[in-house]
Parts: sequence; structure tokens; C-alpha cells
Amino acid sequence: MIPGAFEYHRPQSVTEAVALLAKLGPEARALAGGHSLIPLMKTRLAAPDHLIDLARIAALKGIRREGETIVIGAMTTEHEIVASKLLGETLPILIETALLIADPQVRYMGTIGGNAANGDPGNDMPAVLQCLNATYRLTGPKGERSVAARAYYKGAYDTARAPDEILTAIAVPLPPSRAGWAYEKLKRKTGDFATAAAAVLLTMSGGRCASASVALTNVADRPLFAEAAGKALVGTTLDKPALDGAAKAASAIADPASDLHGPAEYRKAMAGVMARRAIERAKARAKG
Amino acid sequence: MAKSHVTMTINGAEVEALVEPRTLLIHFLREEVNLTGAHIGCDTSHCGACTVDLDGKSVKSCTVFAVQADGAKILTVEGVANADGTLSAVQEGFRMMHGLQCGYCTPGMILRATRLLQENPNPSEEEIRFGIAGNLCRCTGYMNIVKAIQYAAAKINGQPFQEAAQ
Repeated sequence: MIPGAFEYHRPQSVTEAVALLAKLGPEARALAGGHSLIPLMKTRLAAPDHLIDLARIAALKGIRREGETIVIGAMTTEHEIVASKLLGETLPILIETALLIADPQVRYMGTIGGNAANGDPGNDMPAVLQCLNATYRLTGPKGERSVAARAYYKGAYDTARAPDEILTAIAVPLPPSRAGWAYEKLKRKTGDFATAAAAVLLTMSGGRCASASVALTNVADRPLFAEAAGKALVGTTLDKPALDGAAKAASAIADPASDLHGPAEYRKAMAGVMARRAIERAKARAKG
Repeated sequence: MAKSHVTMTINGAEVEALVEPRTLLIHFLREEVNLTGAHIGCDTSHCGACTVDLDGKSVKSCTVFAVQADGAKILTVEGVANADGTLSAVQEGFRMMHGLQCGYCTPGMILRATRLLQENPNPSEEEIRFGIAGNLCRCTGYMNIVKAIQYAAAKINGQPFQEAAQ
């Protein structure tokens, strides 16, 4: 399959890339790792006139700590996330998640920025970043702004990012070191998108849950921050009634389509099951 | 549309060409450079038959534009053998352990296994299976491919290869 013809641009800086997007208009697309966009172009579901390749912009790479925040450059690949010592020490949930994305070859090319920015409801990082209360840094012709991951997604491929903006970095607040975390993904086979998946981050204090956030992947036209599911856990000992309540709350907001992953009713039920399993694993990892 | 000038080092040789930006790396390798070892299997980034090594990364060359590889070092199965023409450890493993039947997935498997062993020279069976999860084989059931990679790992580490008891 051969994509439609396009002109190729390789800016060296974010400023240059944003200027190109503004100049070339809506028929220009930014190219990150390409593992969502190129398959769409091969099937002609996307046919941009211009591709702006972000791969050579050094400022978009790398993972660093800024005070109590971990900042991940948008062009950091899933492979680099898996290999990151800093993330291993601070945000291992991102490594657990990255290892569940596609396969090794895709992880060498696919980027966290592309995964987060694109708005594909099947992508795994958005719900995890919502769970972690991450912030997306966007740069456009008018300068830089930040949008919370929990406010970024409007629908399938419909996001708060304007067409002339580029996601440059993802800022994740450092979770407390005693926090428990887990990403549970039900998939039919290695490399598949989730039938349903859930991310959980929680803290315990004196045997009771002090804080909890839950978010869901691929059970709606966008990632879902399951606020009620988190609230159902706070103040409890994470006993069975609390888990039942949270799983029910997670399932209640799921609104999946019936597709090759299974019927809608099944996927809705699995949203609750994944939330329950993620809470159980997070509980086992939490200290306090 | 204007063609783009690209330069790559492919299997140690410098290659210069003018390519249409939409030319996929697999088509460039097979049709412009006449390296037909990497295969087109699914053409949808699933099967891994088109896997080549690009700057130390295993990539599915059906999902990379040739222009993205401008300036890159590329290794295909044609460049895997030792300098004296003898088989590399991975190639020898596939031969000795019967790691192929129809052979269609083999170039991609060999490139992926070669990279895997460079990153992890002594992988467990589970690590091998996880590491080749992006390469599909419809003949072998993977048993002998895993053995082939275990054979290669033993050879690279200078150890005798012993098949695990079934």
C-alpha cells in the first residue's frame, strides 16, 4: 500500500515546526513516530499534503526532573521510556504501560507524545496520564500553554490541541513514593489494543486509602477519568465492598462500541474487572 | 511533488538516491537498492517480515518513510553474515535448530533476534518470546525459532548449547 503524495519537511526547532504548521494550514500534519499516522496514510484514511517530521528537533527528546515534576519530551519513544532509570525510580507505571503497547519494533519508533496527542481512544498512555494528573505542554503561533490530560480529550481524534499547535512535553507530578500503582490491560493478543484497561494510583495511610485516581482506556470515544471510582475508595480499607463500589462506578461510565474486541456489554463489564484488578495490585504495592 | 535527496549507509555501503517522500523504506530497499531479503508480509505493521535494523533499532520498514531514514545506518539480512562470509551466530542458530520452514518470516526474525541479543546477550525463554512478539511465523509454532535464538546466545557467550528438556 502506497500513501498519497505529500511534501516532506524536517524542521530543526519547535519554532520552525510551528511556523510551518501555521503557514501550510490544515493539510499539514506533524509526524512523530508515524506508527498511527503512516498506517492511516497507507489506507488513505489520512492524506495530508505536507508532513512535518519532528524527529530531528532535539528539544523534544529526553526525560528530566524539574522539582516535583517529571517532564517527558514528546518525541521520547516508548522504548526509551522502558529503558529510563529515572522513570523506573519515579513513575514505573509508565514503564508497565509502555511494555503493553504493541511490540518491540513499534516501541522503538512510537512516541509518548504521539500516543498522547493523537486522541486515538485505543492508545494506552492517555488514561494513564489522566490517572497521574499529567499536563500537556502545547506550543503554537501564540506561544506555549498547558492543558490538563483530564481536559484534553473531546472525542475520537478530537482534542483540545489546535491544528497549529504541537505537543512538546508531558509534565507528570511526582506521585508520593509510598503510592501504589497499576495498569491492567485486557487484550486478545500481544500487540492488540485494549478490550478494556484501567490505570490506578492510590495512597494508603494507617490502613485506609488516603487518595485514589482511576482512569479507563478504550471503553468510550476517549479515555475516561473515573472520578467516582476513585472517590469510592478514599477512606476505605480497600475491602471487598469498596472494590465492588469502585468497579461498579468504573463500569457505569464506560460506553464502548461493539467491535472486534467484543460486544459493548462485555467490554463495559471488563472495564469494571480491569479497575478491580488494578486497584488490587496497586493496593499490594502501596506502603502505609 | 519534489523528490528528496537521501543518503544512507546500508550494510556498510553508502547509498545516495532521490526518493519521493511517500516511498516507504521497504519499497526503497527492495526496488531501488535491490535488497529483497526484507519481505513485505502484512503491509500493516503487524507481521514483522519487513524488519530491518535502523540506527540500532529494530523497525518495521513498511511503516517508515525512506526520507525518515536519511543519514541512518541500516542493516538488512544481506549484511548479517560475518565479514569472512560465514554465518552469524543467529543465522547458524536458525540453520542448526531448524528455525525456519517456508522462510518468509526468517529475514525479519534474524534481524530482530540479532538486535535482541545485542541488547540482552543472555535472554530467558520468556524474554526471547517477548522480544520477538512483533514477528509472526505461521509455520514453526515458534519452538524452533526460540531454540535458534538460544543457540545463538550460547554461541555468542562461548557456552555449549544445551536444549532445555521438554
